[in-house]
This record gives sequence, structure tokens and C-alpha cells, in this order.
Amino acid sequence: MVRPIGVLVGLGFVAALLWSLLWTAIGWVNEPEPETAVEWVEQHRPEKPVSFSFDGPFGKYDRQQLQRGYQIYAEVCSACHSMHLVAFRDLESIGFSAAQVKAIAKSKDVPSLNPDTGEPATRKGLPSDYFPSPYPNEIAARAANNNALPPDQSLLAKAREGGPHYIYHLLTGYQDQPAELLKKFPDAKTPDGLHYNPYFPNLNLAMAPPLTDGQVTYAPGNPKATLDQEAKDVAAFLMWAAEPKLEQRHRTGWAALVFLLIGTGFAYFAYKGIWADKKSGKVVAPA
Amino acid sequence: MSFPWAADYAPKHPLMRYLDEKLPLPRLVYNAVGAGYPVPRNLNYFWNFGVLAGVALVIQIITGIVLAMHYRADAGIAFNSVEHIMRDVNAGWFLRYTHATGASMFFIVLYTHIFRGLYYGSYKPPREVVWLLGVVIFLLTMATAFMGYVLPWGQMSFWGAQVITGFFSAIPLVGDGIRVWLLGGYAPDAAALNRFFSLHYLLPFVILGAVILHIWALHIPGSNNPTGVEVKGPQDTVPFHPYYTAKDGFGLGVFLIVFAALMFFAPNYLGHPDNYIAANPLSTPAHIVPEWYFLPFYAILKSFTSNFLWVPAKLWGVLAMFSSILLMFFLPWLDRSPVRSANYRPVYKWFFWVLVVDVLILGYCGGAHPSNKIVVISQLCTMYYFAHFLLILPLVSLLERPLPLPNSISESVLHGEAQEAAPYGVATAPVAAPAE
Repeated sequence: MVRPIGVLVGLGFVAALLWSLLWTAIGWVNEPEPETAVEWVEQHRPEKPVSFSFDGPFGKYDRQQLQRGYQIYAEVCSACHSMHLVAFRDLESIGFSAAQVKAIAKSKDVPSLNPDTGEPATRKGLPSDYFPSPYPNEIAARAANNNALPPDQSLLAKAREGGPHYIYHLLTGYQDQPAELLKKFPDAKTPDGLHYNPYFPNLNLAMAPPLTDGQVTYAPGNPKATLDQEAKDVAAFLMWAAEPKLEQRHRTGWAALVFLLIGTGFAYFAYKGIWADKKSGKVVAPA
Repeated sequence: MSFPWAADYAPKHPLMRYLDEKLPLPRLVYNAVGAGYPVPRNLNYFWNFGVLAGVALVIQIITGIVLAMHYRADAGIAFNSVEHIMRDVNAGWFLRYTHATGASMFFIVLYTHIFRGLYYGSYKPPREVVWLLGVVIFLLTMATAFMGYVLPWGQMSFWGAQVITGFFSAIPLVGDGIRVWLLGGYAPDAAALNRFFSLHYLLPFVILGAVILHIWALHIPGSNNPTGVEVKGPQDTVPFHPYYTAKDGFGLGVFLIVFAALMFFAPNYLGHPDNYIAANPLSTPAHIVPEWYFLPFYAILKSFTSNFLWVPAKLWGVLAMFSSILLMFFLPWLDRSPVRSANYRPVYKWFFWVLVVDVLILGYCGGAHPSNKIVVISQLCTMYYFAHFLLILPLVSLLERPLPLPNSISESVLHGEAQEAAPYGVATAPVAAPAE
């Protein structure tokens, strides 16, 4: 009984699929999918190879670079973007001393309550405080940004395809729209108030180019603050913010791998040894 | 349990003799995975994957229990509680990445295990019940994995839950009611998250119970083997311990090396970046996709694009998706070929490898941006998937002329089927004394 019913069910699904296939094919012939502006841009934008110190299984963060990145975050990004999962105390792991962290925290105002009246107030930050957000809530953030919401940056480097590489490309990718693009896709013209960026998923984003050459002044002994350098530094910092345990993970990973390789080696020889009498190669007719 | 020549448990130490009288737990272990369980001597490395799936389940349970000590199933703070685990809990990143990567590793070994069963005919009598329990385990694991993916409450968690619970609304008349009842609301929210957490904690133990039944049922006829020829005598088997404990130990080492490489150096490779954005019911991601291990089924769902015979396309898709797994329950009766191993089935072997490629292409299509080309490819592949199990298998088992089978497992190596298996010449091997 199972087989005849199975054959009937199978024929039913195949028939339904053939019907769907027919209509998909008719639709395809009648209305071929034209290339979209995004597809065209994805094929024509240059990929700028960039490498980070934390790439690959041996990767480590460059503390100097993370501190430069933090400087850019603090002086530029944090005007609009929150980073609510990172606390000032976390900055010690990128090479700031406890005293420096205390001073950094103290220089920021964090929301609090007036202890006498209970009214909302602010106080000086402590190392245990999380980074304060630039806007009290989403409505305020949108109101100040032409109805666009600057995303929280705590996990940005893991929440975008390409991670820090994407962030670097985005920050250095602002440009005028190519004439060829506008000729092929007149509708793709960037609307007023938005900015063209070939690396942004839908090509136009609300954020104006945030970084320029010399946007920040690095402490002596650091590389020159070019746009390229700044973009790399802040992308690295955002990666650290999103994945602060990356170095522990890589270190533990190598220890675990060495341990497992040795253990598996022992297991392999144990296996071979135990089976040796069964695989001696002596050919004897079975009983 | 299985063969008359299985070694009998004979404890030497007085304490163990005492225990054997009062609670024969060591005897159970001895007969299940010890020297008391005779196993075909020619198993290849594909037979490691059952044990590996068991290990993967245990890893998930252990890491999951500790994660549950730090996680909060509350729509308002679930996302941040996961980040709290990643940032502030001691070795929290290790626990969470092990659990997340562990789910992928679980499915990798599960799929290998299932396809091994398909290739070597492990679903055929006398092992039908072993296979049926395996399909139950697979379904439970899929449900558990789906609910687990919802818990971090990221964008893909939320919208995945939205899409998957939406399947139930395809049921005529009562569908919407069922969906609301399952979710405890009109969209995934606090109630849904809380019950998913409850079930995600419960189901692994149900799986564990089903695994015990699966192994129990397996031990009645004993393991299948690459020739598919039944065990004929003591010369065909070796005791599970130490022979297969040693081989599984090595297999486990290789499994853990792959696991560690993925977990420590590319923990987010198999995840989706959007799940690092907190769930937002007001913002739909551009491209909703399930976890990679559901992609073939997702492609089947999406390949029904037109209403047919008064049944809406959506219902066809949902029926097909569930049927694609449920038909596994009928496999032992769809494929009536008496020959188990595809090594001796020249026609079936060919269709088996087409099925493997077909499922891989379906997986690719399930994750790709939908376009006419992708839809047409997934329609063709879905057609083959159903045709394979429901039309081709019954037909092949009628028409195919299998190759001559070896007389016994111990002679099979003459054909050169399994290089790493024990060669011919087994009669010299010491045979355990038969039980009384």
C-alpha cells in the first residue's frame, strides 16, 4: 500500500511543481529581470584591499590603533552614534591605564537623578558606567538626523556583511555618482539629503561623509591622520567593541588545537595498535 | 542481546559482583558499548557519526545548561543578556560560541549519519524501527534548533520565528487560530520567547530519551555494515570494546579538531550578521533566511509559486516542506530492494549521488537572493527530491539487477570494498567464548 500511495503523492508534488515551473518560465520570458543599479554598482566599484592586525587565526589587536580608533569614536562618531554595550572600564584592555580610564570617564556626563529632588540630572562618569548615548531615545535621534536612526555601534562590526572591511570601504567610499550610472539608471539619482556611497547596500545613505583628511589630530608618534588611516583605525576599534574577547579566543584556540592534535595522535596509534591483530594480513580461509 | 557469541559479563572484583546482583548497571554498559556487543568488523569511518552525534548532543546540553544560568528569556533584555554572556561572564564567549557552533556541528554529523543510512540501506529490515526513531530524533532536533535560534532575539531570530510560525497559518480555516495559539499572540513577542526557551530546555532531554531508544533498537539486530550482508558468525564481528571504542576515540578527536578550528577561528562564519542587530518588529530585514541547515527545506518551501488544483501555493509549499521529511518515515517500505548496500546496487548508487548533489543545490538556492533563475533551479531540484523518494526508489527496487553479494562480511574484503576494514583471515582471531 505504501508504494502506490507514495507514487501518487510524488506525482502530485511533481505536477504542482511543473505547474509552478511553467508560470515562473512564462513570467521570466514575458518580463525578464533587468539589471538593477545596485547590481551594476556592485560590479563596477573597486575593492580596496585592506588588512587588519586581527585578521586570521594568529590575529591580535594593535593597542595603538585601537586607541586612535577610540579617539575618532569619541571625537566624531559619538556625536550621533551610541555604543551602549561598552563601558569605560573596558578601555583598560586597549592599553589605557586605570588612571586614564578614570579621567576619560570623568570627562563625560552620564544621565542620573538629582539625589535631592529626584529630577533627571547628569553626573560625571565613572569607569563602571557604560558609554552614554548622544540622544535620550530613538525619537530624539531620528528628529536630529532627518528621520534616519544612527545605529548603535557596539556590534556594528559583526552586524554587517564584511565587518570591519565593510566599514573601512564605507568610510572611504563616498564619491560623486558616476555619470555612466546615471545614464544607465536615471532613477538611481541620489535624493536630496542623502549621500551616494557605492558600498552601502542601497547606495544612498543619510550619514554625510564623517571623516576627512586631518579630521582628528593624533598624538605624536602616530601615523598621519589621513582619511585612509582614520577609517582603518576606527574600523579596528569597532571590531574590538564588537568582539572584545578575540585575542583570548585565538590564544585558547591554539592551545586547544595543539592539545587535540596530540590527543588525536595518541588515539590514532591506540586505534592502530588495538586493530593490529585483526589486520595482520594473514589470510586464512574462514571457518 | 544480539548474538549468541557475545561475551558474557563476568565481574572479578567482589564489589562489582555485589553491584551486579543489586543493580546490574555495569552489565548494561558492558552489553551496550563494551566487550559484550559484537559489531561487524568491516565498519568504515562513516560509522563513527552516530557516536559523534551523541557527543554533539551532550556538548549542547552541557553548554546549554550553563548558558541558561546567565540568559534571560525576556523580549526586552534577551539580546543584551547574550551580550552580557559574551562580554562579562567568565569564559562566556567560549560557552556561547561552542553552543552556536555546536548546533552546526550537530547538523553536519547528523546529515552525514542520515546519508550514510541512505547509502548503505540501514533503514531496511530488520532495522526499520531504528530508522523511524532516527527520523523522530531528526525532527526533534530541528524543532530544538529552530527555537534555540530565536532565543538571542536578534533580527533573524525574530523574523525567522515570524516566517516559520507563519507556516501554520497556511492550514485552511484554523491556521491563523493555531498560529496565534502557538505564539501566544499575533506576532512573536514576550510570550513566544518565554515558551520557546522552556521548550528549548525540555526538548534536548526528549531527544536524549529517543537516542536511548534508537540505540536499544539498534542493539537487537546489531549494526549494519558497508556490505549490507548480515553477520553470519563470530568470524564476522569484533567486540565493540576495545575495537570500536578505539576507532570512535580517533574519530572523536578529528571531530573535535574541526569543531575547535571553526569555533575558535570562525565562530560567526555559519551565522548571519543580521542576528547581531536586536529584534525590531518594525524593520524587516532585506533578506530573511534560516540557519544553513534548514536551507534545503526553505528552498522546497519557496519553489511552489503558483496555486494548483484549488490549493494555494503557500499551502503546497508548507505541505511539501513537511512531506520532504515525513516521507522518510515510509522509506523502508518505499524501497523494497532486498540488497542494502548501494555498493551492490549499480542503479541506485547513481541516483543516491544525484540526490546528494540535489540537496546541496537546494541548500544553495535556499540561501540565495530569489531570482527567476534560482526559483527555476529550486523547482527542478525539488521535483527531483520528491521523484527520488516517491517515484524512482520504488521503481528502481523493482527493475534493478544488483551485483552478486559477498558470502559473508569476512570474505567481503576480497572485493576490496573497505580498505580500512579488517581483512580476510579473521578465523585466526580469538573468538570470545559464547554465552551460556
